[in-house]
Amino acid sequence: MAAWPEILAAQKHARTAAGPPPAHFETLDADTAKEIEAIAAQIIPSTGGPGAREAGVIYFIDRALSTFAADDRETYRSGMAQLQQKRQELFPKSTSIASLTGQQQISLIRQVETSSFFELLCTYTVLGFLGNPSYGGNRGKAGWHEIGFENRMVYEPPFGFYDAEVNREPIGEEKK
Amino acid sequence: MSGAAFPTTDTVDFLVIGAGAAGGVVAKELATAGFQVVVLEQGPYLSERDYSHDEIKYTFMPGLTNDPKVQPVTYRKSEAERARPMKAIEYGRQVGGGSVHFTANYWRFHESDFHERSLYGAVSGADLADWPISYADLEPYYTKAEYDLGISGLAGANPFEAPRSKPYPLPPMPVKSSGVLFERAARKLGLHPFPAPVAILSQPYQGRAACVNCGFCESFGCEMRAKSSTLVSVIPIAEKTGRCEIRPDCYVRKIETDDTGRATGAIYFDRNRREVFQRAKAVFVCANGVETPKLLLLSKSTRFPEGLANSSGVVGKYLMWDNGGEAQGLFEHPLNEYKGIQVTRLIHDYYAADAKRGFYGGGGIDARFDFYPAGFALHGLPPDAPRWGSEYKQMFETYFNRTMMLMAHTTSLPVAKNTITLDPDVKDAWGLPAFRVTYEYHPDDAATMKWMMEKQIEILEAAGAKKTWSQPWDVVDNMPSRHLMGTCRMGNDPATSVVNAQSLTHDVPNLFLVDGSNFVTSARQQPTATIQALAYRAADYAIRAAKRGELR
Repeated sequence: MAAWPEILAAQKHARTAAGPPPAHFETLDADTAKEIEAIAAQIIPSTGGPGAREAGVIYFIDRALSTFAADDRETYRSGMAQLQQKRQELFPKSTSIASLTGQQQISLIRQVETSSFFELLCTYTVLGFLGNPSYGGNRGKAGWHEIGFENRMVYEPPFGFYDAEVNREPIGEEKK
Repeated sequence: MSGAAFPTTDTVDFLVIGAGAAGGVVAKELATAGFQVVVLEQGPYLSERDYSHDEIKYTFMPGLTNDPKVQPVTYRKSEAERARPMKAIEYGRQVGGGSVHFTANYWRFHESDFHERSLYGAVSGADLADWPISYADLEPYYTKAEYDLGISGLAGANPFEAPRSKPYPLPPMPVKSSGVLFERAARKLGLHPFPAPVAILSQPYQGRAACVNCGFCESFGCEMRAKSSTLVSVIPIAEKTGRCEIRPDCYVRKIETDDTGRATGAIYFDRNRREVFQRAKAVFVCANGVETPKLLLLSKSTRFPEGLANSSGVVGKYLMWDNGGEAQGLFEHPLNEYKGIQVTRLIHDYYAADAKRGFYGGGGIDARFDFYPAGFALHGLPPDAPRWGSEYKQMFETYFNRTMMLMAHTTSLPVAKNTITLDPDVKDAWGLPAFRVTYEYHPDDAATMKWMMEKQIEILEAAGAKKTWSQPWDVVDNMPSRHLMGTCRMGNDPATSVVNAQSLTHDVPNLFLVDGSNFVTSARQQPTATIQALAYRAADYAIRAAKRGELR
């Protein structure tokens, strides 16, 4: 097969493109990171399998805010400040989002779920869960594993249930 | 990169502006015919080693397309509005252009597409016109394109297709589950599904390996060189002649003309934003359906006060859009649609217009899955799905491998008030005016999409979908448009068109324009095959004219 050297080269490239996860935060302070992570863990919870927390979404968000999304830092700062204010209104005795119970966190999010900041956070959480692990999230390809995405370079047909079902039929053959 | 290197003080035979689907073809044809060619490309010169399966880079960031941070685009629905920055259009911006990152659908036009005005009459609110050429004029060039580039498909499988002089050079790609479900349902409904013709190698071809079904076609550059972009097919042949120089990172700001009104070359910014003038005996602009009219409008002079080659006033007018709606269906068993190329089956049963429908237009429908993991979780679920929480998570996890899409590709009528103009306020990073897009659906375009959507849902239901849903189709939801057509339309009358039947401008005897801007009508989308056939035909004419000494 003439293709193999090219496949190997492409796979090597894919491996070197995926760096190791960062050991610390570059932009977020540890407390803020904990707060954002608590929200992300409600956007993609750990029910039935790894969620945003296990996939290291917060590391993706930190990396994004340090690099390609540096312009969004102010949006995060003001968005989180508003969220904290809302938390104090709803749960005056609480000290942080992370220390709220799951149900309290959900109640808090319901108050802000149509805000543009929350929508932005949803986008980042999903990107951190299902994006390329080289950005610091999707650790151990946890997100991809959850949805059943293999990320291989080569697949052979049949690909799915329905094409496997008709694999014996001459679909797609040259007409005589 | 292994081509010629001409000093910029040389007057080369041909200057080609844009190294995309058309420019790559033109460069190869001219260079192999013995001419010296310099190709100026806005974007970088990348190769398969630069590409990856990085969804964030290629679908959430500009990746291989125009970056609005450095080249803003402004948009308004009508002249009455003030345009605001919005990525209304998107194009491939590297050597190979859109042929690098496109989905690789490769449809020939039908015979009727060249004569819609004669066949169907006038359409109120549109300037439907016949092309000055017929399908028969273009057929040899469609065939040449298919064989030069490497197209996979099954001749004769589409009962509605126009006559072909040769079969496809390569057999169809393996069918996916979406193709099987679609084919079954379409047959049940009496329709005529056929294997999708695609610019992707189903078998090794001309030194390139076959596709390995990795699934990262749409928006991505092919790491296997199996997608038949001009970058991997014809451009290397052009360079090998030793007569073609591809000059990347060169952004043209003006085409110059002399006292007699002939083009003399172009002024461009090189990668260091230094201005350079490249002389040439003749110029081809292959910059795409928005960059080509923009460059002509920028190339004003006392002789051409309304922009170069614009005596008709139609440069930038008749912009046609990437029309079509998306319907999705959920199925019981895994489809694993992320494997393999996007599209494997389609129908042309609703392609022809039919006055009985009460509107003008038609389209094709293909079965596909357009999503990568994060994009699906963000945009692929039904509109009533939760956007966060455990139910949301469970849904995107279940739906990802069990969903397919039917996408319609429909008529976009030529309307004079749909335009590309220079934005009076917004500038790009080089200080040039941003292009301003003014576009709104013709009422019949919207009616066509809605009518087609009913057919899409009907097919999904016949396929056994447990649930179906569709995306909204306001023009703002149908952005960015990637099929950029109509803005320098072809015609025999210099008063109503910009280029003649050979893609040569009526006004400037050595200035060719060939890309989507030539299109008189949009057919039913999928313009790449026709763009490339036009490029082969224009190059053929230019070679003969140059040999006769007409281009000096």
